Amino acid sequence: MHKLIAEPPDTKMLLLGNEAIARGAIEAGVAIATTYPGTPSSEISLNLFQISQESDLYFEYSTNEKVALEVAAAAANSGLRSICVMKHVGMNVAADALLTLAYIGVKGGLVIVTADDPYMFSSQNEQDNRFYAKLSGLPMLEPSSIQEAKDMVPFAFDLSEKLQLPVILRTTTRINHSTAIVVLGKILTLKTKDDFIKDPFNYVTVPAVSRILHARLLKILEQAENISATSDYNFITGGGIFGIVCNGISYNYVFDAVNDLNIKDKVKILRIGFSHPMPQTLIKDFLKGCEKVLVVEEGEPYMEEAIKAFAQEEGLTIEIKGKSRDLFSRLYEFNPAQVRQIIAGYFVITYTPAQALNLSQMPEVPQRPPTLCAGCSHRATFYAVKKAAEGMETIYPTDIGCYTLGFLPPLSMGDFLICMGSSIGSSGGFSKATNKKILSFIGDSTFFHSGIPGLINAVFNKHNATLVILDNGTTAMTGHQPHPGVNMKKLNLDGYEPVSIENIVRAVGVSHVTVIRPYRIKKSIDAIKEALNVDGVSVVISQEICTLYAKGLKKGHGRPFYINEKCKNHRECINELACPAFLIEDGRVKIDATICTGCTVCAQICPEHAISPLKK
Amino acid sequence: MDTTRLIIVAVGGQGNLLASRVIGEAALNSGIPVRMSEIHGMAQRGGVVESAIIFGDAQSTIISDNEADVLLGFEPSETLRALNKCNSDTVVITNLAPLPPFTVATGSDTYPDLDGLLDFIRTRTARLIALDATALAIEAGNILSVNMVLLGALFQTNAIPIPSQRVKEAIAKVTRKAFLESNLKAFDLGFTAASSIG
Repeated sequence: MHKLIAEPPDTKMLLLGNEAIARGAIEAGVAIATTYPGTPSSEISLNLFQISQESDLYFEYSTNEKVALEVAAAAANSGLRSICVMKHVGMNVAADALLTLAYIGVKGGLVIVTADDPYMFSSQNEQDNRFYAKLSGLPMLEPSSIQEAKDMVPFAFDLSEKLQLPVILRTTTRINHSTAIVVLGKILTLKTKDDFIKDPFNYVTVPAVSRILHARLLKILEQAENISATSDYNFITGGGIFGIVCNGISYNYVFDAVNDLNIKDKVKILRIGFSHPMPQTLIKDFLKGCEKVLVVEEGEPYMEEAIKAFAQEEGLTIEIKGKSRDLFSRLYEFNPAQVRQIIAGYFVITYTPAQALNLSQMPEVPQRPPTLCAGCSHRATFYAVKKAAEGMETIYPTDIGCYTLGFLPPLSMGDFLICMGSSIGSSGGFSKATNKKILSFIGDSTFFHSGIPGLINAVFNKHNATLVILDNGTTAMTGHQPHPGVNMKKLNLDGYEPVSIENIVRAVGVSHVTVIRPYRIKKSIDAIKEALNVDGVSVVISQEICTLYAKGLKKGHGRPFYINEKCKNHRECINELACPAFLIEDGRVKIDATICTGCTVCAQICPEHAISPLKK
Repeated sequence: MDTTRLIIVAVGGQGNLLASRVIGEAALNSGIPVRMSEIHGMAQRGGVVESAIIFGDAQSTIISDNEADVLLGFEPSETLRALNKCNSDTVVITNLAPLPPFTVATGSDTYPDLDGLLDFIRTRTARLIALDATALAIEAGNILSVNMVLLGALFQTNAIPIPSQRVKEAIAKVTRKAFLESNLKAFDLGFTAASSIG
């Protein structure tokens, strides 16, 4: 039995934040769960996916976040408790659905989890999704601890049903990827089917309907604000003339700082966990007792701006600060010492920080950048593209996935990237704006997520570009989740038919489509050359299973290779491929047989044929 | 209770996250408040994996620069890289077996001299325990038990307020049955090695 459903209520378990959120959903009796995988949210859905295989929970990896939200929205409006999980930038994709869903509302509870990533540990930006709550008008909750991350989910479902609105649960990486002891609660039985009651004048958002629905939303928000003002998730601790307002992970740093600085009698803390609508009356009362207020929040001054506006309404002229050059930055994540130091400085508390070691003479530590795995098929494809395009002036728009790492030298295959699917869309712009050859890269999962409209656009608007689809049979980057092109039988799941990327590409009218096996280097180079000669849109589908995924599926790798005596130390292998299985020992290239997967690519490009398979 | 802050640094694939899990379970079973966080963005692609484990009443799950009480490094150059987390009272435990990054293999970077690296750490911190955890893991019968060797060394120092017996129970709970014997042997080898370095 899955560990998240095996233990009885009141058990204390060590849980990752994302496991706690998944458990919270199960406790709430969630019936439908949808997602598109994305760090730092991925383990929430992974656990729900696993649990769905041994329970009545319906779970799906949807093609993208917008579709995921639409599926969940319909289920919730049919009375079922539904959850939709995504990373912060996924909310941009889902936003079109989100902003009008807020007008329609829900019948069964709907919780939307957005996992923000301050510092961009694994994201292309660090947008602050609290503004989506404000933009859409939806209630929002923000946990500070792993226990709260779990507890807030059933609360969010109850709130959603009470207000008949979706509720946003907003986390940051440090909640998702922190682990702590959690006390489990009771699991509600889930309802697998309900019904959709037709009501087109409340569900079909033509302008006349939406005008009424928007007014309804604003009315519900007044009710939500009253709940927020008295919610236990907005609480005050300590007492004194100094005030600190904080949220989410920042609360922990504030809590520790106030203890460490021994100023519990001087400072009162207002922790905001129900952060949209902001608890106006509570905040106004809090401000009235303060001489000076500091707002501690990662990201944008979301709370600070609201608090300053409340102070203005009350005619309060006390100092309220948060984001400024000498206090908190809008950049990156905070840390305990930084928060302690800024609190001490702002409230003029004497404090001696821990002394840094003298590291001025420290030996230089080599960088350890992430790299494509040994035997990664992307490396083979990039090499083949590079050789095929030799002598041409090229631009390589790329996309989001492991293959983004191809932009690093020596492969250097990646010139432009803004979001999921941007490879194909931007190719069109480059092809119209420059005379260069445009070759773009997109992964299989990303192609399904948001590549297809771009491809149709390129065909119809007669762009001149070659698209290489790197089809490794899984969503590799986020931990090998399935997508519509995946053969689910490999995961022991029956009843799914994979959607063929090749068929899609042909169906939209791409005239030149080739499928290559990237480990066959010469054939691949020839096929890519041919595609590059096509006027208009050409597509090369490079098919080879992710080597890490193959290992997980217990598919054996080929025999490892070694460098034989013919080696003349040209080093084309190591210099051009940069496979991590290579190492240099005593000035000679060697292959680490424990890492080599036997992909044979280096053996094919060695000018001396000096790389051979190890004998058994 | 007083707060103890432990940083673990490793290269992706060395079993740092499992080691952290063992420590967390051991703390849970000992009634010690524990909070942890991990950063493993692209760890499977050869990057650095860092865990922070905080025992006691602090609420934070990360450790600021200069504030680690204990640093456990699974790879010598990574131990060195993490010295910014330490202060002069920090206890440092490190594996001696290098895993040079690819940048070294291609010759674009050089790997630091091991003796110089150890001297640098030893002269700046309270105590350095350096052992070849990789060799001891092989001796225990499983090269993948480097993490267990290092846990043994860590708990020998008494720097973490959890009895070794609890840690062994957690190893039994968290790690795979097939590897239990070699894991426990690895733990003991690390424990003994650290006491002889003592």
